[in-house]
Amino acid sequence: MAGMPGEPAIDVAGITKRFGRLTALDGIDFRVAPASVFGLLGPNGAGKTTLVRILTTLLRPDAGRAAVLGHDIVRNGGEVRRLIGLAGQNAAVDVNLTGRENLRLIGRLCQLPRATFRRRADELLERFALTEARARPVREYSGGMRKRLDVAAALMSRPPVLFLDEPTTGLDLTSRNVLWTLIRDLVDEGATVVLTTQYLEEADRLADRIAVLDRGRLIAEDTPVALKAALGATVIEVETDDEAQAARTVELLSRTPGWHAAQEGVLVRASANDGARLLLDTVHVLDSQAISPRGLRVHAPTLDDAFLRLTGSAPETAEQRDAGQDAAGQVA
Amino acid sequence: MSSLGVGVGHPAGRGTAGVLAAVGGASRDVAAVTWRNLVVLRRVPRLLIFSTIQPLVFVMMFRYVFGGVAANSVPGVPYVDYLMPGVFVQVAVFGAMSTAIGLATDVQTGLLDRFRSLPMTRLAMLAGRTVADLLRNVFVVSLMVLVGFAIGFRIHSGVAVFVGGTALVLAFGFAMAWVFAVVGLAVGDPETAQAAAFPVLVPLVFASAAFIPVHTMPGWLQPFANNQPVSATAMAVRATVLGGPTATYVWQSLAWDVAIIAVAAPLGAYLYHRAGQR
Repeated sequence: MAGMPGEPAIDVAGITKRFGRLTALDGIDFRVAPASVFGLLGPNGAGKTTLVRILTTLLRPDAGRAAVLGHDIVRNGGEVRRLIGLAGQNAAVDVNLTGRENLRLIGRLCQLPRATFRRRADELLERFALTEARARPVREYSGGMRKRLDVAAALMSRPPVLFLDEPTTGLDLTSRNVLWTLIRDLVDEGATVVLTTQYLEEADRLADRIAVLDRGRLIAEDTPVALKAALGATVIEVETDDEAQAARTVELLSRTPGWHAAQEGVLVRASANDGARLLLDTVHVLDSQAISPRGLRVHAPTLDDAFLRLTGSAPETAEQRDAGQDAAGQVA
Repeated sequence: MSSLGVGVGHPAGRGTAGVLAAVGGASRDVAAVTWRNLVVLRRVPRLLIFSTIQPLVFVMMFRYVFGGVAANSVPGVPYVDYLMPGVFVQVAVFGAMSTAIGLATDVQTGLLDRFRSLPMTRLAMLAGRTVADLLRNVFVVSLMVLVGFAIGFRIHSGVAVFVGGTALVLAFGFAMAWVFAVVGLAVGDPETAQAAAFPVLVPLVFASAAFIPVHTMPGWLQPFANNQPVSATAMAVRATVLGGPTATYVWQSLAWDVAIIAVAAPLGAYLYHRAGQR
């Protein structure tokens, strides 16, 4: 099993990496519990990939230390490589080999017995819906198929610790769902998974804990629920009959400290961290002014909001969100 | 997948058994990577076809275009017999360019990172590349020997001596593959690798005794042409073709091979270890 109870599967302390004058990682600390998913969230250039490359022994840190299942990543890199699987950002598969040959090659290089790696390659091809394409050279695969094969390759040695660097970027919805289910299954079986992502939804759904990276610094680390509660605001939208009503509502709501309200034509947007009280207050204000709203919508906090608050910039996928959530994000 | 379990890697044994297991593991790794590099030649045959067409063009050019002029500078020997050993060396050396291109491609596609994250022998990626290119050279050099015979090339010594000569060609090609493995790792993209290899290879091959006797070259060039590995190997192979004493040339050529690998292999291992540490 992956680690003893109480002992972290991954222990990162003060990891720092500089590229010339750029500080890519600035004293990163965190611990990952065994059999859990740890999400590394951050915009492009935040240092996610650099951190994964350090933890997978591909890159040496300039300062700090880190251990995977108790093995130091610098002093005991060989042991660490025996315990990890890595699926990097671009699909690192040989396009001239077939899907099955790729997996068997990895199995061979992980020193698995022939019968074992052959069986396991077939199992993984099946699980990643690549059985039909198994005998075709990978250069004929679609981007999504390559990505799936890449993750399958990382699983060949059944590593107790798995690093997935943006595993679902470029995947279609079906493949993404397959992979999400698979990651949860692996964790149920005892694996520890570190995944980087730009999809907040992905971190929200998969991760037990999320670390938010911004320009090389860890600016938050908590459970998705706690991050949303602490940082994400509830947004309430009220549609009134005329602009005068809207203006009056904004004025009354703005009297309460911590409540933010803004008017947009006949629309009022109010936001606050305490969503329940904001809702009661809004209803109270509307009632006292005898305004019967034409519509009222409540947006529960999303990780988008949390992310926005933390990093001060919209996440990359913001434009893909639906308009309502986008609006909520802007007000927050 | 039924249960997960802990990943299996090299058995971490100690003592003689441990060493044997490590050597066994290493050769398995090299064999696996070699196989992977050779599969490409079967899947994309044009790679092999074009790497044979180019030396064919050179043979035809030197035999029939420059042959008439060059023949005057090697009296007493049919020029084709003088030429072919040089062609064999040139073929093997130019083949090393694909070592650079192949490794640079692996760096670029991220495949090198994947291999570096595996519990495999760390030198296997480079050794598997150079061994694959050695095997490809066996094919290409054999083909050139046949082409030589077809255009009038004859051995004046014995067959066994000549086979020894071609082994020297292959050994030198292997040594150069290590040099260009370093180039490929260092530049990290195939276009640059090709561009970087060409200006090194051309003077090495043409400012040498491969095609033309060194004494016909200008004085300032002769010291270089006389004391470089392509000349040493070409003269050694030529000695095994034309007959007569071979020992000095053979030892010189082998010494170059050993020296080149002794420098390039550790350098390659170092670059592999720190690949991507920009």
